[in-house]
Amino acid sequence: MSANVNHSLPLEYQTEQNRLNILGFWIFIGAEIVLFATLFAVYGVLGHRYAGGPTPSDIFKLNDVLIETLLLLTSSFTCGLAVFFMRQRNMKQLLVWFVITLLLGAGFLFMEIREFIHYVHEGATMQTSAFLSSFFVLLGTHGAHVTFGIIWAIMLIIQLLQRGLTPVTARKMFIISLYWHFLDVVWIFIFTFVYLKGMVG
Amino acid sequence: MEHKSKYPVSHVVGFLFSLILTFVAVFVALKMNVSYTIVMWIIGSLAIIQAGLQLFMFMHVTEGEDGKTNVINMAYAVFVAIVIVAGSIWVLTSGHAAH
Amino acid sequence: MGIKWNEMLVGGDPLLVGSQIAIVLTVVAIVVGLTYFKKWGWLWREWLTTVDHKKIGIMYILSGVLMFFRGGMDGLLMKAQTARPEMSFLDAQHYNEIFTTHGVIMILFMAMPFLIGLMNVVVPLQIGARDVAFPQLNALSFWLFFSGAMLFNISFVVGGSPDAGWTSYFPLAGKEFSPGIGNNYYAIALQIAGLGTLMTGINFIVTILKMRAPGMTLMKMPMFTWTTFITSIIIVAAFPIFTVALALMTFDRLYGTHFFTLSSGGSDMLWANLFWLWGHPEVYIVILPAFGIFSEVIATFSRKTLFGYTSMVISIVGIAFLSMIVWVHHFYTMDAGPAVNSFFSITTMLIAVPTGVKIFNWLFTMRKGRIQFTTAMLWALAFVPNFVIGGVTGVMLAMAAADFQYHNTLFLVAHFHYVLIPGVVFAVFAGLYYWWPKMFGFMLNEKLGKYHFWLFTIGFNVTFMPMFFLGLKGAVRRAYTYSAESGFAPLFLVSAIGSIILAVGFAVFCYNIYWSFRYAKRNVSHDPWDARTLEWMTASPVQFYNFAVVPEVKQLDAFWHMKKRGEKLTLKESDIKKIHMPSNSGLPFYMAVVFGITGFFLVFEAHIAAAVAAIGIVVGLIIRSFDYNDGYYVSVDEIKETERTWRTVEGGTENHVG
Repeated sequence: MSANVNHSLPLEYQTEQNRLNILGFWIFIGAEIVLFATLFAVYGVLGHRYAGGPTPSDIFKLNDVLIETLLLLTSSFTCGLAVFFMRQRNMKQLLVWFVITLLLGAGFLFMEIREFIHYVHEGATMQTSAFLSSFFVLLGTHGAHVTFGIIWAIMLIIQLLQRGLTPVTARKMFIISLYWHFLDVVWIFIFTFVYLKGMVG
Repeated sequence: MEHKSKYPVSHVVGFLFSLILTFVAVFVALKMNVSYTIVMWIIGSLAIIQAGLQLFMFMHVTEGEDGKTNVINMAYAVFVAIVIVAGSIWVLTSGHAAH
Repeated sequence: MGIKWNEMLVGGDPLLVGSQIAIVLTVVAIVVGLTYFKKWGWLWREWLTTVDHKKIGIMYILSGVLMFFRGGMDGLLMKAQTARPEMSFLDAQHYNEIFTTHGVIMILFMAMPFLIGLMNVVVPLQIGARDVAFPQLNALSFWLFFSGAMLFNISFVVGGSPDAGWTSYFPLAGKEFSPGIGNNYYAIALQIAGLGTLMTGINFIVTILKMRAPGMTLMKMPMFTWTTFITSIIIVAAFPIFTVALALMTFDRLYGTHFFTLSSGGSDMLWANLFWLWGHPEVYIVILPAFGIFSEVIATFSRKTLFGYTSMVISIVGIAFLSMIVWVHHFYTMDAGPAVNSFFSITTMLIAVPTGVKIFNWLFTMRKGRIQFTTAMLWALAFVPNFVIGGVTGVMLAMAAADFQYHNTLFLVAHFHYVLIPGVVFAVFAGLYYWWPKMFGFMLNEKLGKYHFWLFTIGFNVTFMPMFFLGLKGAVRRAYTYSAESGFAPLFLVSAIGSIILAVGFAVFCYNIYWSFRYAKRNVSHDPWDARTLEWMTASPVQFYNFAVVPEVKQLDAFWHMKKRGEKLTLKESDIKKIHMPSNSGLPFYMAVVFGITGFFLVFEAHIAAAVAAIGIVVGLIIRSFDYNDGYYVSVDEIKETERTWRTVEGGTENHVG
């Protein structure tokens, strides 16, 4: 694997195994698109079946949702910056922006959990209606992905500190950035087709 | 590959556009007085544009020796996603099944 | 939630108690045997921790054989129960459980591992690669599959089998109507196995795209590699849907959500919709590799290049698209209205076109070929007419209006057995007879193979042909008995007799494995069939690093043309370089164990225990993240030594059969 290193490419593309991993992760993102599409389809079918329970406009709060959106959007941007500085072999900037990304991600999670607790206190639980079942599972799956991403990123930061920038750590950093951007893409659709749609109707 | 520029121009531009698109969507959805269908079409299109921004300006989907493969992969995934979402809604909310 | 642990073991029925005793005895025998022969270390080093695609493939195939037994037993029990009207051999509940596990096991734990096993063994060899792209992930795929399969299989003695059909339609499969834990097994065991399959899909896409030998462009790939590639794409596109559907089922059953329930706004048909969004592509996931196997076998034994290679490729790509847009034909009777049913009727009939193209391609490949009637070829020959029967009845079912008559009758059951048995099982047998020497270094006995073939194909037709007519007369599927006045009795009896012939055929196959393992000639040539593709350039059994020097490919059927050009298998020893190989790892096996334990606790709705076990999964992932083991190198001397051994012992390379 350490053979055939092509130094003209960015670190993460330099070895064959790295290129395999990056392509493999793109294909995994393809699978993730299908996974979230299925959850959106379920929400599309069940999203208006309130069963006498609360409706979207009863519970959604624009301000909270906007803050969550801005946190995640900004974290996607800072994650991009981290990779940008990685390509300039600037370890310090990479770490700074990557840690900011994580903090923003954690902020998003905090807001989302607070939002969920708030709903539950208002009597809107996963068991209340088909609308809320599909809402909580769609949002929960996204939130679980963010949580997983944060744990994964912490592991990666430890490895970056231990080993510095090598083709392997650079590849791992690049792949987690793809994952993080993808979670933002999913959020755009949640924001539009769950929250905005719910507040229009 | 990315240009060897010193400043992350494409990231900054992408971020600014994302912010603008987000706020335009909020404005269209909550402040404009047009029909529900039109609102959904507009904000749906804005979401797709913003997803495209992420894909091309942040994730650099066309980059590297597998750029073409990645584009085909994403296109096929989007095709499948549309089939699942539109198909399920169509099948389960039309005809006698819905009643 | 009301699970009584003292009722965990299912008791009462003598059949079940017998199975429980047999399972305990087998486990004890295996443990004692391994200890007595001091084989634990060997098992761990050579198999449980292996990342070698060939060994992983063999383990898949072994699991497939095992599951064929289990699923076949279920089938025989059903046939025994319906052999005469109003039999009381099985009661209704037991019959429900048996047809449920028969379906799940045959599709997911028999057909899938057989095909994925052959893909594992053959595809890297066919493209001239040293392994798959992610060897350790490949091992994880296998072990997750195995974990899921075992979890599903213990259901009938521990806690109770799922009993809502292999489709597990709601509301029947929901907590309200199936309060036991049987259907939890369905939701969770299939989830674990499905994760493994998804990883296999990703792995093979990358392997085929990135690891082909120099010169092998996409349009020079062997057909089995093509079909594996497209199958992998369909896996990646379809399995996430199943992941979600099963997760939602789990939420409904364990946490009281309302996705598929009748109350609080749930939609029972949403389950059917999601199930078949995955389920129909799944049919193509199992049929496409089978088509690839037939393509290889027919080309080899007709001694001709595959006819219409390009049209074959276009057909399978077309099938990959169409397979995603036909799912509603499984529930026309939901009556989504004329527009929906018409659309899906048309797409369903459309998919017959590429399939028809392929049938003609196989026939034209055989035309004017010098056909050798080996056992592998016999399966391919029998496949064509039998599969056409399955296909044509499929087009009958595709017509939405007519389907209201066929729906849920034995006509449908006969149809899909005529598709899946000739399409998949025949292909698996053909592939096993064909590639067996590559896996084990000896051949399966051809004479026993022919007994196996004739008994199996005759038994198959006698079993399932009557079911078409039973279905047309109105016999419904999944009914555990019927009245004497119905007039169904004679055909049911014929069908039952057929199933015995079928079983004898399978028994002959197992005997053949045993016989060949003991007595078959060992110094078999590397190319016993005078075949066409790169895998036959390697030793039988294949050396662990596959190719000493990766060959250069100039055209389709590369190896055949090398032989034509008189390029002998001479190897310039100066070309040999050290080879990089991945290290073994115990982590995939560990992950399978923790996934299995987590799954088991979830099945029994022991949420805290499951959460604790799930920490083990996270720990495994973290260990993997910090694992920088970069593999090892095989030295030039060792390669030279290995290559000399097989190249000299076999007494030349012209040792062909037939």
